[in-house]
Amino acid sequence: MAIREIEASLITRKIAEICTKANFELGQDALMALKQSCETEVSPLGRQALSILIENASIAREEKIPLCQDCGTAVIFVELGQDVHISGGEFNTAVLEGVRQGYCEGYLRKSMVKNPFGKRENTRDNTPPVVHCEIVPGSELKIMVLPKGGGAENMSRIAMLKPGDGIEEISELVVETVRQAGGAPCPPLVIGVGIGATFEKAAMMAKKVLGRKLDEPNPDTSLVEFEQHVLERVNRLGIGPLGTGGSTTALRVHAASYPCHIASLPVAVNLQCHSCRHAEVVI
Amino acid sequence: MKKLTLPASGDDIECLKAGDSLFISGELYSARDAAHRRMHYALQNGLDIPVALKGRAIYYMGPSPAPPGRVIGSCGPTTSKRMDKYTPLLIEHGTKVVIGKGERSQHVKEALKHSGSIYLVTFGGAGAYLSKCVKEAEVAAYADLGTEAIWRIRVENFPAVVAYDIYGGDLFEQETARYSRSTGKAED
Repeated sequence: MAIREIEASLITRKIAEICTKANFELGQDALMALKQSCETEVSPLGRQALSILIENASIAREEKIPLCQDCGTAVIFVELGQDVHISGGEFNTAVLEGVRQGYCEGYLRKSMVKNPFGKRENTRDNTPPVVHCEIVPGSELKIMVLPKGGGAENMSRIAMLKPGDGIEEISELVVETVRQAGGAPCPPLVIGVGIGATFEKAAMMAKKVLGRKLDEPNPDTSLVEFEQHVLERVNRLGIGPLGTGGSTTALRVHAASYPCHIASLPVAVNLQCHSCRHAEVVI
Repeated sequence: MKKLTLPASGDDIECLKAGDSLFISGELYSARDAAHRRMHYALQNGLDIPVALKGRAIYYMGPSPAPPGRVIGSCGPTTSKRMDKYTPLLIEHGTKVVIGKGERSQHVKEALKHSGSIYLVTFGGAGAYLSKCVKEAEVAAYADLGTEAIWRIRVENFPAVVAYDIYGGDLFEQETARYSRSTGKAED
Protein backbone atom coordinates (compact mmCIF):
# COMPACT_ATOMS: atom_id res chain seq x y z
CA MET A 1 0.00 0.00 0.00
CA ALA A 2 1.40 3.36 -1.07
CA ILE A 3 1.71 6.10 1.48
CA ARG A 4 -0.80 8.91 1.02
CA GLU A 5 0.38 12.44 1.74
CA ILE A 6 -1.97 14.87 3.50
CA GLU A 7 -0.94 18.48 3.91
CA ALA A 8 -1.05 19.86 7.46
CA SER A 9 -2.59 23.08 6.14
CA LEU A 10 -5.55 21.10 4.75
CA ILE A 11 -6.13 19.58 8.18
CA THR A 12 -6.14 23.07 9.71
CA ARG A 13 -8.68 24.35 7.15
CA LYS A 14 -11.01 21.38 7.56
CA ILE A 15 -10.96 21.57 11.35
CA ALA A 16 -11.75 25.30 11.25
CA GLU A 17 -14.74 24.51 9.01
CA ILE A 18 -16.16 21.76 11.19
CA CYS A 19 -15.73 23.84 14.37
CA THR A 20 -18.06 26.50 12.98
CA LYS A 21 -20.40 23.99 11.30
CA ALA A 22 -20.87 22.08 14.57
CA ASN A 23 -21.72 25.29 16.42
CA PHE A 24 -24.11 26.72 13.81
CA GLU A 25 -25.86 23.64 12.49
CA LEU A 26 -27.67 21.20 14.71
CA GLY A 27 -27.65 17.80 12.97
CA GLN A 28 -30.85 16.62 11.30
CA ASP A 29 -30.87 13.61 13.62
CA ALA A 30 -30.90 15.83 16.74
CA LEU A 31 -33.47 18.16 15.20
CA MET A 32 -35.76 15.23 14.35
CA ALA A 33 -35.43 13.90 17.90
CA LEU A 34 -36.45 17.32 19.29
CA LYS A 35 -39.42 17.50 16.89
CA GLN A 36 -40.57 14.01 17.82
CA SER A 37 -40.34 14.75 21.53
CA CYS A 38 -42.27 17.98 21.03
CA GLU A 39 -45.17 15.84 19.84
CA THR A 40 -45.03 13.41 22.74
CA GLU A 41 -44.09 15.78 25.60
CA VAL A 42 -46.88 15.95 28.19
CA SER A 43 -45.98 19.27 29.86
CA PRO A 44 -47.15 22.49 28.15
CA LEU A 45 -44.06 24.32 29.45
CA GLY A 46 -41.93 21.44 28.19
CA ARG A 47 -43.51 21.71 24.73
CA GLN A 48 -42.87 25.46 24.74
CA ALA A 49 -39.21 24.85 25.61
CA LEU A 50 -38.83 22.23 22.87
CA SER A 51 -40.43 24.44 20.24
CA ILE A 52 -38.10 27.30 21.24
CA LEU A 53 -35.14 24.92 20.84
CA ILE A 54 -36.34 23.94 17.36
CA GLU A 55 -36.67 27.60 16.41
CA ASN A 56 -33.28 28.30 17.96
CA ALA A 57 -31.73 25.70 15.65
CA SER A 58 -33.18 27.34 12.55
CA ILE A 59 -32.05 30.84 13.63
CA ALA A 60 -28.52 29.56 14.30
CA ARG A 61 -28.32 27.77 10.94
CA GLU A 62 -29.75 30.62 8.87
CA GLU A 63 -28.01 33.51 10.59
CA LYS A 64 -24.76 31.68 11.31
CA ILE A 65 -24.61 32.37 14.99
CA PRO A 66 -23.87 29.74 17.63
CA LEU A 67 -26.71 27.50 18.81
CA CYS A 68 -25.50 28.19 22.34
CA GLN A 69 -23.20 30.89 23.72
CA ASP A 70 -21.19 28.07 25.28
CA CYS A 71 -19.30 26.91 22.20
CA GLY A 72 -17.57 24.36 24.35
CA THR A 73 -14.20 22.77 24.75
CA ALA A 74 -13.23 21.56 21.28
CA VAL A 75 -13.07 17.80 21.82
CA ILE A 76 -11.59 16.18 18.74
CA PHE A 77 -11.63 12.52 17.80
CA VAL A 78 -9.14 11.57 15.12
CA GLU A 79 -8.99 8.29 13.25
CA LEU A 80 -5.73 8.30 11.37
CA GLY A 81 -5.30 5.72 8.63
CA GLN A 82 -1.96 3.94 8.98
CA ASP A 83 -1.10 4.60 5.35
CA VAL A 84 -1.31 8.36 5.75
CA HIS A 85 1.71 10.62 6.07
CA ILE A 86 1.21 14.20 7.20
CA SER A 87 3.50 16.62 5.44
CA GLY A 88 4.21 20.34 5.54
CA GLY A 89 3.86 20.76 9.27
CA GLU A 90 3.28 19.08 12.59
CA PHE A 91 -0.06 17.34 13.14
CA ASN A 92 -0.75 18.67 16.66
CA THR A 93 -0.01 22.23 15.58
CA ALA A 94 -2.28 21.85 12.56
CA VAL A 95 -5.15 20.72 14.77
CA LEU A 96 -4.62 23.52 17.29
CA GLU A 97 -4.45 26.09 14.53
CA GLY A 98 -7.70 24.76 13.03
CA VAL A 99 -9.49 25.24 16.34
CA ARG A 100 -8.03 28.73 16.74
CA GLN A 101 -9.11 29.79 13.25
CA GLY A 102 -12.58 28.23 13.53
CA TYR A 103 -13.37 29.84 16.87
CA CYS A 104 -11.99 33.26 15.91
CA GLU A 105 -13.40 33.47 12.38
CA GLY A 106 -16.78 32.07 13.45
CA TYR A 107 -17.27 34.52 16.35
CA LEU A 108 -17.53 31.53 18.66
CA ARG A 109 -17.09 32.00 22.39
CA LYS A 110 -13.65 31.34 23.79
CA SER A 111 -14.13 29.43 27.00
CA MET A 112 -10.74 27.90 27.76
CA VAL A 113 -8.68 29.16 30.70
CA LYS A 114 -5.10 28.32 31.63
CA ASN A 115 -3.99 27.70 35.21
CA PRO A 116 -7.35 26.13 36.05
CA PHE A 117 -6.86 26.37 39.80
CA GLY A 118 -4.98 29.65 39.74
CA LYS A 119 -5.59 32.82 37.77
CA ARG A 120 -7.85 31.08 35.25
CA GLU A 121 -6.74 33.37 32.45
CA ASN A 122 -8.66 32.99 29.19
CA THR A 123 -6.47 31.72 26.33
CA ARG A 124 -8.55 33.96 24.01
CA ASP A 125 -8.72 31.56 21.08
CA ASN A 126 -10.39 28.52 22.68
CA THR A 127 -7.22 26.48 22.42
CA PRO A 128 -6.04 24.01 23.40
CA PRO A 129 -8.49 21.40 22.18
CA VAL A 130 -8.70 17.97 23.80
CA VAL A 131 -7.59 15.49 21.14
CA HIS A 132 -8.07 11.72 21.07
CA CYS A 133 -6.19 9.97 18.30
CA GLU A 134 -6.52 6.42 17.09
CA ILE A 135 -4.54 4.65 14.35
CA VAL A 136 -6.81 2.65 12.04
CA PRO A 137 -6.28 0.68 8.81
CA GLY A 138 -6.51 2.54 5.52
CA SER A 139 -5.40 5.78 3.96
CA GLU A 140 -8.05 8.20 5.18
CA LEU A 141 -8.03 10.74 7.97
CA LYS A 142 -11.33 11.07 9.80
CA ILE A 143 -11.82 13.97 12.20
CA MET A 144 -14.83 14.64 14.40
CA VAL A 145 -15.18 17.75 16.52
CA LEU A 146 -17.58 17.64 19.42
CA PRO A 147 -17.87 21.07 21.08
CA LYS A 148 -18.59 20.15 24.70
CA GLY A 149 -20.39 22.71 26.85
CA GLY A 150 -19.49 23.11 30.51
CA GLY A 151 -22.98 22.85 31.99
CA ALA A 152 -23.59 19.24 31.01
CA GLU A 153 -19.96 18.20 31.36
CA ASN A 154 -19.99 19.36 35.00
CA MET A 155 -22.83 16.97 35.82
CA SER A 156 -21.04 13.90 34.47
CA ARG A 157 -19.49 11.25 36.68
CA ILE A 158 -17.44 8.09 36.84
CA ALA A 159 -17.75 5.24 39.32
CA MET A 160 -15.77 2.10 39.93
CA LEU A 161 -18.50 -0.48 40.49
CA LYS A 162 -17.96 -4.00 41.79
CA PRO A 163 -17.49 -7.00 39.49
CA GLY A 164 -20.66 -8.55 40.95
CA ASP A 165 -22.74 -5.51 39.98
CA GLY A 166 -24.92 -5.81 36.92
CA ILE A 167 -27.39 -3.98 34.75
CA GLU A 168 -29.44 -2.76 37.73
CA GLU A 169 -26.49 -1.13 39.50
CA ILE A 170 -25.27 0.44 36.27
CA SER A 171 -28.75 1.72 35.46
CA GLU A 172 -29.11 3.10 38.98
CA LEU A 173 -25.86 5.04 38.60
CA VAL A 174 -27.04 6.61 35.35
CA VAL A 175 -30.51 7.46 36.68
CA GLU A 176 -29.06 8.95 39.87
CA THR A 177 -26.60 11.05 37.87
CA VAL A 178 -29.45 12.47 35.80
CA ARG A 179 -31.69 13.00 38.83
CA GLN A 180 -29.05 14.96 40.70
CA ALA A 181 -28.21 17.02 37.62
CA GLY A 182 -31.83 18.21 37.30
CA GLY A 183 -32.20 21.15 34.95
CA ALA A 184 -28.56 22.28 35.02
CA PRO A 185 -27.20 20.21 32.08
CA CYS A 186 -29.96 21.51 29.73
CA PRO A 187 -32.15 18.46 29.21
CA PRO A 188 -33.38 16.74 27.10
CA LEU A 189 -30.06 14.97 27.26
CA VAL A 190 -28.10 12.50 25.27
CA ILE A 191 -26.50 10.23 27.85
CA GLY A 192 -23.17 8.61 27.06
CA VAL A 193 -22.29 5.52 29.10
CA GLY A 194 -18.91 3.81 28.99
CA ILE A 195 -18.86 0.40 30.66
CA GLY A 196 -15.69 -1.56 31.44
CA ALA A 197 -12.07 -1.03 30.37
CA THR A 198 -10.18 1.20 32.82
CA PHE A 199 -10.83 4.48 34.62
CA GLU A 200 -9.80 6.70 31.71
CA LYS A 201 -11.04 4.55 28.84
CA ALA A 202 -14.53 4.25 30.36
CA ALA A 203 -14.72 8.06 30.34
CA MET A 204 -13.41 8.25 26.80
CA MET A 205 -15.97 5.73 25.57
CA ALA A 206 -18.76 7.66 27.31
CA LYS A 207 -17.64 10.78 25.47
CA LYS A 208 -17.11 9.20 22.07
CA VAL A 209 -20.59 7.64 21.89
CA LEU A 210 -22.06 11.16 22.08
CA GLY A 211 -20.91 11.49 18.47
CA ARG A 212 -23.15 8.62 17.36
CA LYS A 213 -26.12 9.81 15.31
CA LEU A 214 -29.38 9.74 17.21
CA ASP A 215 -31.13 7.76 14.47
CA GLU A 216 -28.43 5.08 14.31
CA PRO A 217 -28.87 1.98 16.44
CA ASN A 218 -25.95 0.81 18.53
CA PRO A 219 -23.70 -1.41 16.38
CA ASP A 220 -23.17 -3.47 19.54
CA THR A 221 -26.63 -5.08 19.68
CA SER A 222 -25.98 -6.50 23.15
CA LEU A 223 -26.32 -2.96 24.54
CA VAL A 224 -29.59 -1.97 22.85
CA GLU A 225 -31.83 -3.36 25.56
CA PHE A 226 -29.78 -1.66 28.29
CA GLU A 227 -29.97 1.68 26.48
CA GLN A 228 -33.74 1.38 26.12
CA HIS A 229 -34.20 0.33 29.74
CA VAL A 230 -32.21 3.29 31.08
CA LEU A 231 -33.92 5.75 28.74
CA GLU A 232 -37.33 4.67 29.97
CA ARG A 233 -36.29 5.02 33.61
CA VAL A 234 -34.73 8.43 33.08
CA ASN A 235 -37.84 9.68 31.33
CA ARG A 236 -39.95 8.67 34.32
CA LEU A 237 -38.06 11.12 36.55
CA GLY A 238 -40.27 14.05 35.53
CA ILE A 239 -37.36 16.49 35.12
CA GLY A 240 -38.40 17.38 31.58
CA PRO A 241 -37.04 19.88 29.04
CA LEU A 242 -34.74 22.36 30.81
CA GLY A 243 -35.74 20.89 34.16
CA THR A 244 -39.12 22.58 34.33
CA GLY A 245 -41.04 19.29 34.37
CA GLY A 246 -42.13 16.82 31.76
CA SER A 247 -41.72 13.45 30.13
CA THR A 248 -38.69 14.24 27.94
CA THR A 249 -35.61 14.24 30.17
CA ALA A 250 -33.41 12.40 27.69
CA LEU A 251 -33.56 11.86 23.95
CA ARG A 252 -31.21 8.88 23.84
CA VAL A 253 -28.87 6.72 25.86
CA HIS A 254 -25.74 5.70 23.96
CA ALA A 255 -23.53 3.04 25.51
CA ALA A 256 -20.25 1.36 24.69
CA SER A 257 -18.43 -1.42 26.50
CA TYR A 258 -14.97 -2.96 26.58
CA PRO A 259 -13.42 -5.91 28.43
CA CYS A 260 -12.09 -5.12 31.90
CA HIS A 261 -9.98 -6.52 34.75
CA ILE A 262 -11.42 -9.34 36.90
CA ALA A 263 -11.47 -6.97 39.89
CA SER A 264 -13.15 -4.02 38.17
CA LEU A 265 -16.27 -2.57 36.61
CA PRO A 266 -15.65 1.07 35.71
CA VAL A 267 -18.73 2.98 34.53
CA ALA A 268 -18.62 6.53 33.19
CA VAL A 269 -21.67 8.69 32.54
CA ASN A 270 -21.09 11.67 30.27
CA LEU A 271 -24.07 13.98 29.92
CA GLN A 272 -24.67 15.88 26.69
CA CYS A 273 -27.14 18.78 26.54
CA HIS A 274 -29.89 18.91 23.93
CA SER A 275 -27.53 20.89 21.71
CA CYS A 276 -25.93 17.63 20.61
CA ARG A 277 -23.32 19.24 18.41
CA HIS A 278 -20.71 17.47 16.37
CA ALA A 279 -19.39 17.60 12.85
CA GLU A 280 -16.96 15.42 11.01
CA VAL A 281 -14.84 15.37 7.93
CA VAL A 282 -13.07 12.60 6.07
CA ILE A 283 -9.92 13.61 4.21
CA MET B 1 -48.31 35.59 29.72
CA LYS B 2 -47.33 38.24 32.28
CA LYS B 3 -45.03 41.19 31.60
CA LEU B 4 -42.23 42.30 33.87
CA THR B 5 -40.47 45.62 33.40
CA LEU B 6 -36.96 46.06 34.82
CA PRO B 7 -35.92 47.52 37.16
CA ALA B 8 -38.83 45.87 38.99
CA SER B 9 -40.67 47.33 41.97
CA GLY B 10 -41.57 45.37 45.09
CA ASP B 11 -45.21 45.41 43.95
CA ASP B 12 -44.30 43.90 40.56
CA ILE B 13 -42.46 41.08 42.29
CA GLU B 14 -45.21 40.37 44.81
CA CYS B 15 -47.58 39.54 41.94
CA LEU B 16 -45.35 36.77 40.60
CA LYS B 17 -45.76 33.09 41.45
CA ALA B 18 -43.57 30.10 40.67
CA GLY B 19 -44.62 28.73 37.28
CA ASP B 20 -45.67 32.10 35.79
CA SER B 21 -44.41 32.61 32.26
CA LEU B 22 -43.08 36.11 31.67
CA PHE B 23 -41.90 38.50 29.02
CA ILE B 24 -39.20 40.72 30.47
CA SER B 25 -38.36 44.18 29.15
CA GLY B 26 -35.80 46.65 30.44
CA GLU B 27 -32.24 46.64 31.62
CA LEU B 28 -30.26 43.87 33.23
CA TYR B 29 -26.64 43.13 34.11
CA SER B 30 -24.94 39.94 33.07
CA ALA B 31 -22.49 38.33 35.46
CA ARG B 32 -21.14 34.80 35.73
CA ASP B 33 -18.51 33.02 37.79
CA ALA B 34 -15.53 35.40 37.51
CA ALA B 35 -17.54 38.64 37.92
CA HIS B 36 -19.40 37.15 40.88
CA ARG B 37 -16.17 36.19 42.57
CA ARG B 38 -14.85 39.73 42.12
CA MET B 39 -18.00 41.51 43.31
CA HIS B 40 -18.30 39.17 46.27
CA TYR B 41 -14.68 39.73 47.27
CA ALA B 42 -15.13 43.52 47.05
CA LEU B 43 -18.36 43.59 49.05
CA GLN B 44 -16.92 41.32 51.73
CA ASN B 45 -13.98 43.66 52.11
CA GLY B 46 -16.03 46.82 52.25
CA LEU B 47 -14.91 47.96 48.79
CA ASP B 48 -17.04 49.54 46.08
CA ILE B 49 -18.29 47.53 43.14
CA PRO B 50 -18.57 49.11 39.70
CA VAL B 51 -22.34 48.65 39.27
CA ALA B 52 -25.23 49.61 41.56
CA LEU B 53 -27.16 46.45 42.43
CA LYS B 54 -30.06 48.06 44.27
CA GLY B 55 -33.33 47.05 42.65
CA ARG B 56 -31.51 45.50 39.68
CA ALA B 57 -31.54 42.19 37.84
CA ILE B 58 -28.55 39.91 37.28
CA TYR B 59 -28.54 37.46 34.37
CA TYR B 60 -26.07 34.57 34.59
CA MET B 61 -24.71 34.76 31.07
CA GLY B 62 -21.49 35.17 29.12
CA PRO B 63 -22.24 35.89 25.44
CA SER B 64 -20.46 34.69 22.35
CA PRO B 65 -18.87 37.63 20.46
CA ALA B 66 -21.24 39.77 18.37
CA PRO B 67 -20.60 39.25 14.65
CA PRO B 68 -20.63 42.46 12.58
CA GLY B 69 -24.11 43.94 12.38
CA ARG B 70 -25.45 42.23 15.49
CA VAL B 71 -26.05 43.64 18.97
CA ILE B 72 -24.80 40.51 20.72
CA GLY B 73 -23.88 36.93 19.90
CA SER B 74 -25.59 33.89 21.35
CA CYS B 75 -26.68 34.70 24.91
CA GLY B 76 -28.48 31.97 26.83
CA PRO B 77 -28.23 31.33 30.58
CA THR B 78 -25.48 29.43 32.38
CA THR B 79 -25.96 27.10 35.37
CA SER B 80 -27.17 29.17 38.34
CA LYS B 81 -26.02 26.79 41.04
CA ARG B 82 -22.40 27.84 40.60
CA MET B 83 -23.34 31.36 41.77
CA ASP B 84 -25.02 30.05 44.94
CA LYS B 85 -22.17 30.93 47.27
CA TYR B 86 -22.18 34.56 46.09
CA THR B 87 -25.90 35.18 45.64
CA PRO B 88 -27.05 35.86 49.24
CA LEU B 89 -24.57 38.74 49.64
CA LEU B 90 -25.56 40.27 46.29
CA ILE B 91 -29.22 40.05 47.31
CA GLU B 92 -28.35 41.69 50.62
CA HIS B 93 -26.96 44.57 48.57
CA GLY B 94 -30.23 45.00 46.77
CA THR B 95 -30.38 42.63 43.78
CA LYS B 96 -34.07 42.00 43.18
CA VAL B 97 -34.14 39.53 40.30
CA VAL B 98 -31.70 36.78 39.32
CA ILE B 99 -32.01 34.87 36.06
CA GLY B 100 -30.32 31.64 35.02
CA LYS B 101 -31.01 27.95 34.56
CA GLY B 102 -31.47 24.98 36.88
CA GLU B 103 -32.17 24.40 40.56
CA ARG B 104 -30.42 26.21 43.42
CA SER B 105 -29.48 25.40 46.98
CA GLN B 106 -31.75 25.81 49.96
CA HIS B 107 -29.81 28.77 51.38
CA VAL B 108 -30.32 30.76 48.16
CA LYS B 109 -34.02 29.97 48.22
CA GLU B 110 -34.24 31.23 51.79
CA ALA B 111 -32.20 34.36 51.06
CA LEU B 112 -34.52 35.19 48.16
CA LYS B 113 -37.63 34.72 50.24
CA HIS B 114 -36.21 36.69 53.14
CA SER B 115 -35.40 39.73 51.00
CA GLY B 116 -38.37 39.60 48.64
CA SER B 117 -36.27 38.77 45.57
CA ILE B 118 -37.08 36.25 42.86
CA TYR B 119 -35.27 33.71 40.72
CA LEU B 120 -36.28 33.26 37.11
CA VAL B 121 -35.17 30.66 34.59
CA THR B 122 -34.90 31.13 30.89
CA PHE B 123 -34.29 28.71 28.05
CA GLY B 124 -30.88 27.06 28.33
CA GLY B 125 -29.24 26.31 25.01
CA ALA B 126 -31.49 28.74 23.14
CA GLY B 127 -28.84 31.45 22.91
CA ALA B 128 -29.47 32.25 19.24
CA TYR B 129 -33.22 32.64 19.88
CA LEU B 130 -32.68 34.78 22.98
CA SER B 131 -30.25 37.07 21.15
CA LYS B 132 -33.24 38.34 19.17
CA CYS B 133 -34.67 39.85 22.37
CA VAL B 134 -31.53 41.85 23.15
CA LYS B 135 -31.72 45.39 21.79
CA GLU B 136 -28.57 46.91 23.31
CA ALA B 137 -25.45 45.45 24.89
CA GLU B 138 -22.28 47.05 26.23
CA VAL B 139 -19.61 46.15 28.72
CA ALA B 140 -20.44 47.87 32.01
CA ALA B 141 -17.47 46.72 34.13
CA TYR B 142 -14.58 44.26 34.47
CA ALA B 143 -13.82 44.52 30.75
CA ASP B 144 -10.65 42.46 31.23
CA LEU B 145 -12.83 39.41 31.88
CA GLY B 146 -13.99 39.31 28.24
CA THR B 147 -17.13 37.21 27.95
CA GLU B 148 -17.19 37.06 31.77
CA ALA B 149 -17.32 40.85 32.10
CA ILE B 150 -20.43 42.54 33.48
CA TRP B 151 -22.55 43.52 30.48
CA ARG B 152 -25.41 45.99 30.61
CA ILE B 153 -28.07 44.68 28.27
CA ARG B 154 -31.50 45.99 27.34
CA VAL B 155 -34.06 43.35 26.44
CA GLU B 156 -37.54 43.39 24.99
CA ASN B 157 -39.99 40.57 25.54
CA PHE B 158 -37.29 38.27 26.82
CA PRO B 159 -38.99 34.98 27.82
CA ALA B 160 -38.54 33.59 31.34
CA VAL B 161 -40.39 31.53 33.91
CA VAL B 162 -40.63 32.26 37.64
CA ALA B 163 -38.70 29.45 39.36
CA TYR B 164 -38.68 30.64 43.01
CA ASP B 165 -41.17 33.28 44.12
CA ILE B 166 -41.10 35.31 47.34
CA TYR B 167 -43.58 32.96 49.01
CA GLY B 168 -41.35 29.88 48.87
CA GLY B 169 -42.94 28.52 45.68
CA ASP B 170 -40.60 26.25 43.72
CA LEU B 171 -41.21 25.56 40.04
CA PHE B 172 -38.90 22.52 39.93
CA GLU B 173 -40.52 20.76 42.89
CA GLN B 174 -44.03 21.50 41.66
CA GLU B 175 -43.46 20.40 38.10
CA THR B 176 -41.17 17.43 38.66
CA ALA B 177 -43.68 16.00 41.13
CA ARG B 178 -46.46 16.51 38.61
CA TYR B 179 -44.71 14.63 35.81
CA SER B 180 -42.68 12.06 37.70
CA ARG B 181 -44.26 8.71 36.97
CA SER B 182 -42.27 6.90 39.64
CA THR B 183 -39.01 7.19 41.47
CA GLY B 184 -37.33 6.03 38.28
CA LYS B 185 -36.50 2.72 39.90
CA ALA B 186 -36.92 -0.45 37.88
CA GLU B 187 -39.42 -2.07 40.24
CA ASP B 188 -41.89 0.83 40.04
